[in-house]
Amino acid sequence: MQTNRCLMVVAAAGLLVACGGKDAVPTADEADDFIEDEERRGTGIDRDRVQPGSEFGDVSDVDADLIEQRIIHFDFDSDAIRAEFEPIIAAHARYLADNSDIAVRLEGHTDERGSREYNIGLGERRAQAVRQRLLIQGASAGQISTVSYGEERPQVFESNEQAWAENRRTEIVYP
Amino acid sequence: MHLKLSLVALCALVTGTAQAELRIVITEGVARAVPIAVVPFGWSGSADEPLDVAGVVAADLERSGRFAPMARGDMLERPTAGNDVDFGDWRLLGTDVIVIGRLIPESDDAYTIQFQVFDVFRGEQLLGFRLPSTGTALRASAHKVSDMIFEELTGIPGAFSTRIAYVSVEGSGPSRRYKLIVADADGENPSIITESPASILSPAWAPDGRRLAYVSFEGDASSIYVQTLRTGERLRVSAHAGVNGAPAFSPDGRSLAMTLSDPEGNLDIWVMNLASRELRRVTDSPAIDTEADWSADGDSLVFTSDRSGGPQVYRVRALGGQAKRLTFEGNYNARPRLSPASDEIAVVHNDRGSYRIALIDPVRNTLQVLTDGRLDESPSFAPNGNTIIYATREDGKGVLATVSVDGQVRQRIASDEGDVREPVWSPFPP
Repeated sequence: MQTNRCLMVVAAAGLLVACGGKDAVPTADEADDFIEDEERRGTGIDRDRVQPGSEFGDVSDVDADLIEQRIIHFDFDSDAIRAEFEPIIAAHARYLADNSDIAVRLEGHTDERGSREYNIGLGERRAQAVRQRLLIQGASAGQISTVSYGEERPQVFESNEQAWAENRRTEIVYP
Repeated sequence: MHLKLSLVALCALVTGTAQAELRIVITEGVARAVPIAVVPFGWSGSADEPLDVAGVVAADLERSGRFAPMARGDMLERPTAGNDVDFGDWRLLGTDVIVIGRLIPESDDAYTIQFQVFDVFRGEQLLGFRLPSTGTALRASAHKVSDMIFEELTGIPGAFSTRIAYVSVEGSGPSRRYKLIVADADGENPSIITESPASILSPAWAPDGRRLAYVSFEGDASSIYVQTLRTGERLRVSAHAGVNGAPAFSPDGRSLAMTLSDPEGNLDIWVMNLASRELRRVTDSPAIDTEADWSADGDSLVFTSDRSGGPQVYRVRALGGQAKRLTFEGNYNARPRLSPASDEIAVVHNDRGSYRIALIDPVRNTLQVLTDGRLDESPSFAPNGNTIIYATREDGKGVLATVSVDGQVRQRIASDEGDVREPVWSPFPP
């Protein structure tokens, strides 16, 4: 990992994301692009480079940490939210409930196996599963849009169980 | 038949018996492709030969799965006129059929392709034609020769003059480019129909072969477009919030079946009248219903639904109503495509953990796996029903391949650099 740093404010989300000069870290809405950096796989954001708290106003440090996590993973052929991701979604829900002017886009993705349009359906279900949780926990419908890319935008361009697990996901994108 | 009227029969001295005999061999002997010798055509021009016509014809016939062209190195002689064919020699080489011909330069950019087809055992001519052609149309003319030979020997119209559409993806990250490409059925002559940094998927031909429907993610949302190939004019016909997917033209070209989601993300199949843009609901279930394909009479649709738990193929009347499940073998049968020549349906089938193209016969309730890849998808029938084109992987890259419906012959299709997927075979030209 490089140590050179600059700070870039993602104004809409009120987040601080560090970026390197020559190999800039993508913002969250670019996180569907191929990520070579091992450390960033799975979360889409290099958490070490984030300085939670400083720009979050009344968001607690714990929540600030949690809403850095924007990727919810799913089991094969499933849209069930795994227990480990509940606190992350809850933090996003609180954040949205407290900031009614902020909108979020939920991007549903599948692994590469099987039929493309059927996978669009599965990806939509995964986006909706996160949407339902956010709504139940206080976000309002007008803040949330969904899109399913199916298998079109893998996070990891490989064909193995690990890559497939990484690619079955919903990304929480603050535009 | 789609022979041009400009064709002039040389001498079609076909005897009914010879023809019938050959047909029986082919239709019964699915395990045995008919040995055929396509001898390199004569060329009398002063410049280099503009096209290896016999090479194009032999490749076409081989790809169909019904013929096994002889390697050129095995040919002891290379006759270019009927009188020069020594049938005894060719019999010894074990070939059933011989094709000979000449490419004749006429004037600037004008040629004549002359060819004859002989039954080697009877020593009789089955077919003989002259085709005029411009230089740029030579490859298309060669495919016409293949069509004529294929139909003469099998009784099935050849589909070598048809086209394919597919999606190609180049680059990764922000520089990624999606291209919708139309090419000849053998992958040659690719031309870009549209390109975009946003995902393009699910191309579908209109029955007149002049328009393509497809899904684009321009603006980070899915929309369905219909584009006229000749003019490039594109219409956005569906852009509802949520999913707009899996377009399929009705056989009369007036309607488009599509998959739309409701606000809760539930996918159902709808039919849009393209003139009025009016929508009619076809399915109404809490499951994923998608990937519709029309029956030839336009009365019913087959589609993928996971209403039973996993994806399976169902049939429903185009006006809606109760859907009937058609597939029962295995836990994954998706993306049904109806054969234009039989009751069979091509699907993506999970075969012990690998996703492969399979052919199901819903009447006899049989399933035959046709391909051997791990991630095969997007089957699409040639308009004569003889061959299926599909997407597979080679060295981690998406490539296109064909498989004959008997599963005997699989072949890579040439394509440009890039990751290619979602091939769809055009209808016959009107």
